[in-house]
Amino acid sequence: MASEAHGADEGGLVFHPMDQFELKSVFGDGPIGMFTISNATIWMALAIICVVIMMVLGSSRRAIVPGRAQSIAELAYGFIYKMVEDVAGKDAVKFFPYIMTLFMFIVFANFLGLIPMAFTTTAHFAVTVVLALLVFLTVTAVGFIKNGTKFLALFWVSSAPLALRPVLAVIEIISYFVRPVSHSIRLAGNVMAGHAVIKVFAAFAAALVVKEIPTAVGAIVTPLSILGITALYALEVLVAFIQAYVFAILTCVYLRDALHPSH
Amino acid sequence: MATDTHAAEAVSAPGMPQLDFTNWGNQIFWLLVTLVVIYFVLSRIALPRIAAVLAERQGTITNDIAAAEELKAKAVEAEEAYNKALTDARAEAQRIVAETKAEIQADLDAATAKADAEISAKAAESQKVISDIRAGAVDSIKEVAADTAKDIVAALGGKADAKSVKAAVEARMKG
Repeated sequence: MASEAHGADEGGLVFHPMDQFELKSVFGDGPIGMFTISNATIWMALAIICVVIMMVLGSSRRAIVPGRAQSIAELAYGFIYKMVEDVAGKDAVKFFPYIMTLFMFIVFANFLGLIPMAFTTTAHFAVTVVLALLVFLTVTAVGFIKNGTKFLALFWVSSAPLALRPVLAVIEIISYFVRPVSHSIRLAGNVMAGHAVIKVFAAFAAALVVKEIPTAVGAIVTPLSILGITALYALEVLVAFIQAYVFAILTCVYLRDALHPSH
Repeated sequence: MATDTHAAEAVSAPGMPQLDFTNWGNQIFWLLVTLVVIYFVLSRIALPRIAAVLAERQGTITNDIAAAEELKAKAVEAEEAYNKALTDARAEAQRIVAETKAEIQADLDAATAKADAEISAKAAESQKVISDIRAGAVDSIKEVAADTAKDIVAALGGKADAKSVKAAVEARMKG
């Protein structure tokens, strides 16, 4: 990006918090087409490898008394399975592999993104919008297939006074269509903001070695920035898991609405 | 980040790489590939395997619990049987004790009665013997007394006939 050169000739601190999100072609410098192997491709492939290691290799011993790796795989299985069962209901269990796929991909994409120099796929709206749209389309389709036109009862609040119902219906329909928006922006926004802020702190951390900044100022700013990076990184570890969890649980909530649309 | 926006304006590139829609096709394509791969890996291999292991474990645990319950029931049954046997044995023992006691009592009573009868028979016999002896003794004494009296009378120079001496002795002995 041209801003790199631009920032460098400023002479002071170099801020490029968004550069980490840039898509690059891995082989060659050509334009990024649809099937180009980009850094996004690499980090998605790494996510697949991590899922395979955790879930397939972890459970390969099929032990009645599980070892460490198998316990982790079983823990992940039990965690999501119970969530689907509790939140979306018993009849939603057939969507468990789907929700498990979403959760595993997001959780590994988030954690892999926390590796320094990594590319965070879930910080991209292209990724989260597709994930959220898949959920939205699935849920809507399931709602109509399972309940037919009764699915529209989701928007017709029968417990409200009759006069209020059309107004509520409009609000309900708007909120229904806002779901994929909030669903996707929540994930990408959280991840992107955390990473960008860490990058900003990282730029400040260079204060001590930048000639234009007095050493006395640098001596204060640099340790504070490093402390800030550490604290934010800890927060981001938490966010990485929580956002994956939130994405999965919201999918379950939407699925419950589709399976049991009555309020 | 003024430099960034400024730079972005300068080269007319978006400030957020996320909003560079020329890259979306690439990301979406690889994302779908990734999701399909993860979905098949999970739904065909990992999840059924883990589900089978969990079910097997649950089955083992259930079986073990059932076996334990069965054994517990058996133990309770055995204890009941043992207690019943104990109560029966105790009652039997008590019955035998009572029976034996009664038998012994009867034997004892019979023996006591027999012994009593024997004793009284012996006592009567002894009484008779004693009274015989006593009678014999009185007669002997009378005889000795008469003889002695006759001798004494003779020694004193008198002459006593046996008949009167005997009468006198008898009179004396009565007195």
